Amino acid sequence: MKNILEIKNVTKFYKNSVKALENVNLNIKEGEIFALLGPNGAGKSTLINSICGIVNFNTGTIKINNMDIIKNYRATRKMTGIVPQELNLESFETVWNNVNYSRGLFGKRPDHNYIEKLLKQLSLWDKKDNKIKELSGGMKRRVLIAKALSHQPKLLFLDEPTASVDVELRKDMWDVVKKLNKDGVTIILTTHYIEEAEELSDRVAVINDGKIILVDDKDKLIEKLGEKTIKIELLEPIENINGNLTKYNFTLDQTNKIISHTYNLNSNTTDITELLNDIKRDGIEIKDINTEQSSLEEIFIKLIKENNNELVRN
Amino acid sequence: MNWYGIKAIYIHEMERFRRTLFQSLASPIITTSLYFVVFGSAIGSRITEIDGINYGSYIVPGMIMLTILTQSISNASFAFYFPRFTNTIYEILAAPLSSFEIVLGFVGAAASKSLIIGCVIILTANFFVDVRIDHPLLMMFFLILTSITFALFGFIIGMYAEGFEGLQIIPILVITPLVFLGGSFYSINMLPEFWQKISLLNPVLYLISGFRYSFYEVSDVSLFTSTLTILTILIGCIIFITYTFSKGYRIKD
Repeated sequence: MKNILEIKNVTKFYKNSVKALENVNLNIKEGEIFALLGPNGAGKSTLINSICGIVNFNTGTIKINNMDIIKNYRATRKMTGIVPQELNLESFETVWNNVNYSRGLFGKRPDHNYIEKLLKQLSLWDKKDNKIKELSGGMKRRVLIAKALSHQPKLLFLDEPTASVDVELRKDMWDVVKKLNKDGVTIILTTHYIEEAEELSDRVAVINDGKIILVDDKDKLIEKLGEKTIKIELLEPIENINGNLTKYNFTLDQTNKIISHTYNLNSNTTDITELLNDIKRDGIEIKDINTEQSSLEEIFIKLIKENNNELVRN
Repeated sequence: MNWYGIKAIYIHEMERFRRTLFQSLASPIITTSLYFVVFGSAIGSRITEIDGINYGSYIVPGMIMLTILTQSISNASFAFYFPRFTNTIYEILAAPLSSFEIVLGFVGAAASKSLIIGCVIILTANFFVDVRIDHPLLMMFFLILTSITFALFGFIIGMYAEGFEGLQIIPILVITPLVFLGGSFYSINMLPEFWQKISLLNPVLYLISGFRYSFYEVSDVSLFTSTLTILTILIGCIIFITYTFSKGYRIKD
């Protein structure tokens, strides 16, 4: 699949000499959902704003559809839409005027049929004549999405699309994002909710302190960096770990009935068979066994912690 | 050119004007009427004529200029500052619009509003005094050029203002005094020689003088100097805006 977005060696300093982005390199494939993860102040929004022309970056190049975003700003910006993090809307304007205004800004001829279809798709049609100030937070978020899609972009940036949105609405938003992607829109989203990235994205990048520290397929990342825990529930509690079991580095819960043993998915061998054999040899009876895989959130926290430790050492 | 983009900004701004039509028009009409009551009736009873023109009629161009200057500045500065304040500016910055097109949309709308208000003031003035326009085309030339120039000036204020108070500082502390001291309500020939010379340093004097010439063929300075002055301010504003945009117009930092 071809790259729709190519970012090469992009660096951005703010006026107070704070480095917001450092030598960022990133390629986004056409048609994918890409999640950009990072803690607060990592540079996620600065990167998106640099791509969209909202802030100037200092060095490097950004290409959309193989066109430089500075030299060909008209063509590249027509292809992009952005949903900002904050609910930035003109409160006294109606939904209809707001969305049509956005389409006009992006140089598109008025198309009331398309806007009607878009508002219906986002369940906003019955609110079209309402002023923005009369809408709920979730509705406002949808208006922002409608505005970003009003000019039919190929590349959509969602900057924390479900921030401060309740769980039900978040799932609703996810459906909207999936539907858009199915319709051919490439989506780049930043999020604090790792669950969101896990649910939606094909690939993931982790950004910390202005640097991209990892880019990978979501599934591969979970497989590569993830750990698995086997939990063995015993029929009777055991008082002490002795006999054959002393060689294992496992934990026993407070009831002395559940043994938790963590192993790396990526290692060639695990000692699970041996552990089960030793339990049998020690005459301990097993009631149940289950496994738990580490989530993207745990991987993310681990990565950021490691990266921060490295920064401190340097 | 992104004509749809320019049109979108223009219509969006004019829509705001339509929404607040009553406030937008009531304020200048009431202010003008009060000026006629205070200056036209109270002072006009003592100063009957200036340069052969009835005093009430004489002050009409100055009053229109006062309104045009303040309205152009406040409309344009508010129009550009408001999206900065509400952060809706992101959309304009992300749109395929050149800086020229952004300015054209905002300044075009601000100047249009001022022109409408200017015309309403002329109509209002007719209820109080006889208003004669000897050179209507020249009058429109000055009216349009002044509206655009000071809308550009307001746009600069909108780019640099750090708060709503910032929008008011220059209009209140600089523009209004310059208009009052620029011969809006008198001819500088009525001043002592020293103050006449000082008044010549006031650029607004040239605007009012040229504008008054288009009404009654009387002026304190030559028409050429007046035209040159307004064009100089216009070019100065364009250069300043171009420079600011090239540096990221304080928003793209």
